[in-house]
Amino acid sequence: MTQLQLNMAMKVLRTILAWGVALLLFFPLGWLVLTAFKTELQAISVPPLLFFTPTLENFSIVQERSDYMHYATNSLITSVLSTILGLALAFPAAYAMAFIKGKYTKDILMWMLSTKMMPAVGALVPIYVVAQTTGLLDSLTVLTIIFTLSNLPIMVWMLYSNFKEIPGEILEASRMDGATLWQEFRLVLLPLTMGGLASTGLLCLVLSWNEAFWSLNLSSAKAGTLAFLIASYSSPEGLFWAKLSAASFMAIGPIVVFGWFSQKQLVQGLTFGAVK
Amino acid sequence: MAYLELRGIEKSFGEARVIKGVNLEIQPGEFVVFVGPSGCGKSTLLRLIAGLETTTAGAILLEGRDITNLPSSKRDLAMVFQSYALYPHMSVYENMSFALKLAKADPAVIEEKVARAANILNLNDYLKRTPKELSGGQRQRVAIGRAIVRAPKVFLFDEPLSNLDAALRGQTRIEIAKLHRDLGATTIYVTHDQVEAMTLADRVVVLRDGVIEQVGTPLDLYDRPANQFVAQFIGTPQMNVISAAKIPSFGPDSKLKIPDGWFVGLRPESVVLVPGGAGHFRAKVELIEALGAETLIYVSTEQGAQLVARQTARTGLVVGDSVGIEIDTTTVHFFDALGRIAAIN
Repeated sequence: MTQLQLNMAMKVLRTILAWGVALLLFFPLGWLVLTAFKTELQAISVPPLLFFTPTLENFSIVQERSDYMHYATNSLITSVLSTILGLALAFPAAYAMAFIKGKYTKDILMWMLSTKMMPAVGALVPIYVVAQTTGLLDSLTVLTIIFTLSNLPIMVWMLYSNFKEIPGEILEASRMDGATLWQEFRLVLLPLTMGGLASTGLLCLVLSWNEAFWSLNLSSAKAGTLAFLIASYSSPEGLFWAKLSAASFMAIGPIVVFGWFSQKQLVQGLTFGAVK
Repeated sequence: MAYLELRGIEKSFGEARVIKGVNLEIQPGEFVVFVGPSGCGKSTLLRLIAGLETTTAGAILLEGRDITNLPSSKRDLAMVFQSYALYPHMSVYENMSFALKLAKADPAVIEEKVARAANILNLNDYLKRTPKELSGGQRQRVAIGRAIVRAPKVFLFDEPLSNLDAALRGQTRIEIAKLHRDLGATTIYVTHDQVEAMTLADRVVVLRDGVIEQVGTPLDLYDRPANQFVAQFIGTPQMNVISAAKIPSFGPDSKLKIPDGWFVGLRPESVVLVPGGAGHFRAKVELIEALGAETLIYVSTEQGAQLVARQTARTGLVVGDSVGIEIDTTTVHFFDALGRIAAIN
């Protein structure tokens, strides 16, 4: 084989491999979408049906049985609020860590991140009890707070690595130019970190929207998010695959569309500092 | 009364004492250069004056007013950073007008001042560009322009030329000198390059390990160094410093006896090569650097002292030749065992 043929073969192999991985990742999602348009009988048929007459019946049943908009609104409120709150807390924290480095800055950063390594369930009982005694169980407040806190380490890290790309001398120059701290934030730091801020916010939005563990454990019919809506179809009368799929489809739909439009920002944010 | 006065300034970072008590008075319109090897504290001292670091002890007075604890934004000083530190998201015009805008100056005044500064610095054609679209030299000029526009009480320069290539550095150095002549602004300039210090300064402050070694005009430092450190720091090639053991006297006939443990300092131009047999010492040529305008000849004496001689004339000598060395004894410096300047009576 010549070098050219070898290169060609490698290229084909790589393409097949890439498609294989992509399909593998996409398969559950694709299957979910397909199932959402089947009848319950078609959904559990063996062998699985690939071709069938699609029906919208599941969607109307889901909408009838439970108020989609109610859960969607809860999801929207908690993710937007937790994102805003998270950014408000993470911004000054990352600023201090990036520009006013102390002896323990690195340790604090590692400690913050290490909290993400603990399984969430480890903190479930104390948090549940706190929520219960403060009367915040099944409220949007508690979900917003929990989402904010659980995303905070990642947000601080992302903003920190974003801020670190900015030479401190630029901020010092603005101080020499007579800028107050607020002007330094607003006129210099903010415009320079807009990209990082946006991708951090986007990621937090996605993570909060997809959060299931805490919403399932701390909320119910009143403050439940879309995760709660989906889970409600796996019980108690047994599994209804088609309806479960329809509910899931409606739950992930908005965030997939959102992610599609912001993918450039998201990728940029997640690979900060990785490449020059 | 001094315009800017440093009184017993000290700065520590944790355990490390970086500035160990600095006293200095700067007169209005003066161009003062802080020079010293890296780690001597010259940049830290500048940052203390700028208010970008807090002083551990001592006071900074500007026009008699204590500004030691004033934030940078209230000191009315302008600084040109080594990295230029331009605002990357703003155009050249916005960069230069930023301070005035913050000070809420009249837009017409801002425009006029920026235009004048741009004119001085040849930046008229670049006002709409962003820093990214400029060359290193142009960025440097914008950084200087940003300082000029404000007409601050004192200009602070932190190694502003070290990011430029050699040719541009020389050119910008001349521009800065002209600018100072035209504007007459009080300037403090930090550099590790003694040529910049010598060419720009009205007065040079030589720092080492957080302490001022000597303050004086460039030629003062060159002709009358206070100690061996200053003597060797100023001037290229370095002053020859030889232990008395290797030069016990200037020839057998000399009445001058140099005490044990002392050192003799000779500027390269004070070392004159004469035909073998003549002069104070015998020596052998080890290396010749012909630079065109001047020639540097490295020799080693019979006693083992290494010397460099500088002469403007070209030389017919080659490596290995024997020569005599004649010392211009009126320009010899003596240093005691501690490196302090000393005199022989």
